Amino acid sequence: MLVVAAGCGGGDDADASGNASGDSGTVSLVAYSTPREAYEELIPMFEGTDAGGGVEFEQSYAASGEQRRAIEEGLPADFFHASLEPDITALVDAGMVAADWNQNEYEGMLTNSVVVFAVRPGNPENIQTWDDLLREGIEVITPNPFTSGGAQWNIMAAYGAQLEQGKTDEEAIAFLKELFLEHVPVQDKSAREALQTFAGGKGDIMLAYENEAIFAQQAGEELEYVVPAETILIENPAAVVNTGESPQAAQAFLDFLYTPEAQAVFASKGYRPVVDGVETEFDSSGPAGLFTIEDVGGWPDVRTRFFDREGSIFLDIENELGVPTE
Amino acid sequence: MRSRPGSRYGLRALALGYLVLLLALPVSMIFYYTFRDGLEPVWEALTDPAFVSAFKLTLLAVGIAVPANTIFGVACAMALVRRPPKHGTWLLNSLIGLPLALSPVVVGLALILVYGQDGWLGGWLTDNGIQVIFSKPGIILATIFVTLPFVVREVIPVLREVGTDQDEAAWMLGASRFQTFRRVTLPAIRWGVAYGVVLTTARALGEYGAVAVVSGRIAGKTETLTLHVDEEFLRFNEVAAYTTSLVLALLAVLTLIAMNLFKPRHDKEVADVDRRPPGIEALR
Amino acid sequence: MLGLSTAYLTLIVLIPIAAVVATSLEGGLSAFWEQVTAPAAVAALKLTFVASLIVVAVNAVTGTLIAWVLVRDDFRGKSAVNAIIDLPFALPTIVAGLTLLAVYGPQSPLGVDIAYSRAAVVVALLFVTLPFVVRAVQPVLAELDQEMEEAAASLGARPFTTFRRIILPNLLPAMFSGAALSFGKAVGEFGSIVLISGNIPFDTEVASVYIFKNIESDEPETAAAVSVVLLVLSFVVLAVADVLERRSRRHDA
Repeated sequence: MLVVAAGCGGGDDADASGNASGDSGTVSLVAYSTPREAYEELIPMFEGTDAGGGVEFEQSYAASGEQRRAIEEGLPADFFHASLEPDITALVDAGMVAADWNQNEYEGMLTNSVVVFAVRPGNPENIQTWDDLLREGIEVITPNPFTSGGAQWNIMAAYGAQLEQGKTDEEAIAFLKELFLEHVPVQDKSAREALQTFAGGKGDIMLAYENEAIFAQQAGEELEYVVPAETILIENPAAVVNTGESPQAAQAFLDFLYTPEAQAVFASKGYRPVVDGVETEFDSSGPAGLFTIEDVGGWPDVRTRFFDREGSIFLDIENELGVPTE
Repeated sequence: MRSRPGSRYGLRALALGYLVLLLALPVSMIFYYTFRDGLEPVWEALTDPAFVSAFKLTLLAVGIAVPANTIFGVACAMALVRRPPKHGTWLLNSLIGLPLALSPVVVGLALILVYGQDGWLGGWLTDNGIQVIFSKPGIILATIFVTLPFVVREVIPVLREVGTDQDEAAWMLGASRFQTFRRVTLPAIRWGVAYGVVLTTARALGEYGAVAVVSGRIAGKTETLTLHVDEEFLRFNEVAAYTTSLVLALLAVLTLIAMNLFKPRHDKEVADVDRRPPGIEALR
Repeated sequence: MLGLSTAYLTLIVLIPIAAVVATSLEGGLSAFWEQVTAPAAVAALKLTFVASLIVVAVNAVTGTLIAWVLVRDDFRGKSAVNAIIDLPFALPTIVAGLTLLAVYGPQSPLGVDIAYSRAAVVVALLFVTLPFVVRAVQPVLAELDQEMEEAAASLGARPFTTFRRIILPNLLPAMFSGAALSFGKAVGEFGSIVLISGNIPFDTEVASVYIFKNIESDEPETAAAVSVVLLVLSFVVLAVADVLERRSRRHDA
């Protein structure tokens, strides 16, 4: 029975690849939840190039943390575009990504963005600053930090913004606690699902990737976004997974994605390109208080301090949510 | 009991009102949201390769799960009714009923724990190049698991009712076991089987929780129709999500029609052998 | 035949379930206990249990009511109404969730928005468990001998008294049976809840979503532990319902 079922699975592999696969094979592209629309344009573009002719793609999009675990558990992958670096680092530790993956001029980062406030049209609550989020009755949408990379970026943006404003570490953490314990009503699994919740009418403001907010606007959703004076530079890494079937094709694809043409496609979907000289339709300069994850301690420290499941600031917050505050 | 007209209308209004609010209104939303922007987006949604492959995958899962569980169902029913084991009937019955009592998410978890990379069979599967989780076989297995009980449970009461008299008569007249089965037993239980098959199909088409866990959501490869609804909803493709829902709803309606056709005939097969009300097996 | 059936059952059902139980105990009993008494787990289980009980209670009333109207009343379109009772069984749960969100969420045409609340959990569960009590009670009601009711009426009993003392006792076994099935379905329900409830830990996160979250966060032991609790819970309730059903039969009028 199993053999029959497996046979079906194997047989369909050939079907899914479609026409006579060239010598380049099939690239299994695994990414976090938001770059899907960009890849829908980039893949045909790549297939039109010399390096890309004859390459077929399979794609899977879900929360960054989920995808990383899925790859560890056997999800076929040649190419992984994650929301944040630790998801790639974990695969390096598992021996699935080469240790020198980030030894290029972009340090392994493929796309950039920033954390912004997505708000209702006209910004009726006039939300402009981080302190506005703590105003009475304001509901903030942000995903669950234990599954979503986007959520971790949001939290680090909030934390770092406090530091940029001159607050102490303690005050910054107090800000986070107040934010989550009193203003976050829902915790979706991924950034895309959080966007769905916000677009569905829940919440006054959503913490989001700038590119997600732009995507929503392009999809006809009615929202605006505000770039706060202090926010974090989101850097999304990508790497070749060496346990896949087509690592060379994946590497060729990755090289292609750093070309100005490819970065321009990312830019058209709201990302900030990592390559110089590529323009964006939206204002991608600033803000003045832009900082990076290094400025708040770097991912390894941040992950241990804030997001460790065995004991961390956010584990405390999640457990505190259980204390009735009504 | 002739109740007063007032209370009769009152009860009717209450019942129908409840059904409208809970059932009719939500389901009619599917039509509204599907066709709200005209026919063009609907057509686009139906011709989207992702939809087509989701449709094919769902059909594949149904096409394997239904025959497998039908054969199992009839065989197991025959074994349990005609040659019950001395011990362990309780265990067998529990195992059969288990898929009905389990949350679909738990089903998915169970499959990962056995067939996943770190699962009990994981090592052996990887060594032999077989991918179950995050691939089609996983989805098919999940579907088989959750639809396992239906045919068995519909056929058992019928077999009990039918008894073995006719079979024995056939044997005495020289028919082989297989001939007897094909020409005597099977016709006697056919409505039970038919009804069970319909329930199995409905359940297989609608499975979501278990496949959500084992799928890996590889677009065009491991997305079923139900997962496709979810996916399109998340991407703001409202029309696509509702169109897919409409397709599923129409399939559900076909199932309902079949259920309503077969159930009365199945009831007659069973008559009053088992006071268990029909439809009780329609769990999930 | 028995051997093959047993083999099939073992492969498809027994082994995976054994894996869940084994995984839940991987860290030993103390780890198991810790995982199921974690505050978020307890909250999820409590919500699931309470919501399912509420739904069962409501279904006992509405299910009987609907069965009554379908059996004792007659009106145009009754057979159509009768047919759609099974719709929640045939419709995929995710579609159910989607449509409930459309009607009772932020873009509700009725102006009723209960999305992301516990009420949403209850409504979703009411939808998916609709058929059970109805289908359990219907045949019993249909077979009921109306002599006793007519006798009671001729003796001057009011309709509700007749219902309460003559009809209801006969329906109780079927009601318990349907209630048990409702409960079993409700505690495990996932697809219809996941869109409309918001899945907020300690607020609207049900057990199945908690389990799902743990699977996705690479915590299979926790997921397995809570799954085992859910399973035991289902069995206990089914056993209780079975007892209640049998006892109510002894009081057959």
